[in-house]
Amino acid sequence: MKLSYYPGCGLSGSSKELDISVKAISGPLGIDIVEVPDWNCCGGTSAHSTGHFLSFALPARNVVKAEKTGCDEFTAPCPACYVRHFLAQKQLNEDAKMKRHLENALGQNFEQSDIKIKNLIEVYIDRFSSSNVTKPLKGLKVVNYYGCALVKPPKTFNFFDDPENPKSLEKIMDTCGAESIEWPYKTECCGASLCFTNQDVVWKNGRDILQVAKDSGAQAIVVACTMCQMNLDMRQAQINKKYKTNFNIPVMYFTQLMGLAMGIPADRLGFDKLYVDAKPLLHSLKLL
Amino acid sequence: MREINVTQKLEKSKDFLRKLQEESGQDPGQCFQCMKCTGGCPVQFAMDYPPSQIMRMLQDGLVDEVLNSFTIWTCATCSTCTARCPRDIDIAQLMDTLRVMAFHKRRFNKAKNMRVFHTVFMDSIGSHGRLYEVGLALGLNLGTGNLLQDTDIGLPMFMKGKLSLLPHNIKGMNEIKRLYDYAKKIGE
Repeated sequence: MKLSYYPGCGLSGSSKELDISVKAISGPLGIDIVEVPDWNCCGGTSAHSTGHFLSFALPARNVVKAEKTGCDEFTAPCPACYVRHFLAQKQLNEDAKMKRHLENALGQNFEQSDIKIKNLIEVYIDRFSSSNVTKPLKGLKVVNYYGCALVKPPKTFNFFDDPENPKSLEKIMDTCGAESIEWPYKTECCGASLCFTNQDVVWKNGRDILQVAKDSGAQAIVVACTMCQMNLDMRQAQINKKYKTNFNIPVMYFTQLMGLAMGIPADRLGFDKLYVDAKPLLHSLKLL
Repeated sequence: MREINVTQKLEKSKDFLRKLQEESGQDPGQCFQCMKCTGGCPVQFAMDYPPSQIMRMLQDGLVDEVLNSFTIWTCATCSTCTARCPRDIDIAQLMDTLRVMAFHKRRFNKAKNMRVFHTVFMDSIGSHGRLYEVGLALGLNLGTGNLLQDTDIGLPMFMKGKLSLLPHNIKGMNEIKRLYDYAKKIGE
């Protein structure tokens, strides 16, 4: 299957380990990654907070480019980017006024866009089974943290999972041989881009999420979202300083753990890019 | 407690409320104040008015108060409110539209950080096509005056190869420029 791949600004920089691990596991799962040619930033929170046209037009330019590559599916691993591209395609197909604006701006006409826009969990969930697992993650106890963007609002996106109690990461971790612990903070919001503009929110929400994860008995947090990962991992030291706590909880992408379970060496999965070192934990469980 | 004449307020704000409804596709009049949005909001502790109160203020035509509120800027768009609203109002979408309207009217009140952040972010994409993180951090800290914000994570990011010191311009910058010019032309 040819997958049109939109790394976005995050995966080219601050979330490199997600890019590295996605590329490492996709080949063995029969997925051929084709990067969107000359892609641009989707506009993030700022575009949709400041205007209607650019928040549509920026991701729409990428969707049009992806369509031309002849791929069957499109993914943006960052859930915020995924949301923007999903909505842009919807508008391209259903909002004649916006489409006309885009055509006027770029001086071209655009066809109906049919490429299937999926989030990263959807890409892997039906393509990953126990037959891919050569090194089960025995003894690893995790909580799965979905954050908000992947699962909400459910009526806008076609994501199959439950918006309040999703289970797809549990299914993937179960296939990996890890133990998922039930906890009540699966879809709580980390504060996302408020980390730039209102850090107190991100520190408080991060502290709460880390505390509940710890109290639940988890050794690590599994994430699918770049904003969640950064706010819990990169900012864990800031949270410890602010609240005088001593959290030392690795926050890993589900793709990194899939790779480990598939027998891919840790140095090809970006574990060295994490701020809270996951290696001591993985060593103690003889998973490295 | 201040008295307000709701009839007068609604008369004065009816054009704004019609525009809000058109642009967001949502009708705040549908809200029956069950407060599920407020109960589930993960950022409510940082807001000046909880989401359910914003809905009530819109019903009463208190448009200035809503546009000057910190709530619309510190909403993280997590959409928990939208997912749980029994009246099917996309409250996160309403907040988004209110932010856009406040941005166009240059109403920022207590949201200086957000004004600087969104402006620097959009300028960065307009100049390079992609986000230039070092430029964003510098522009944000200089603009807000919080000069030391996140300086503790800059070096670790760089050491892990996650920070590019120079910006990367995409090839299709002419297209990005056309999109930005068009947005300015149609005022959106």
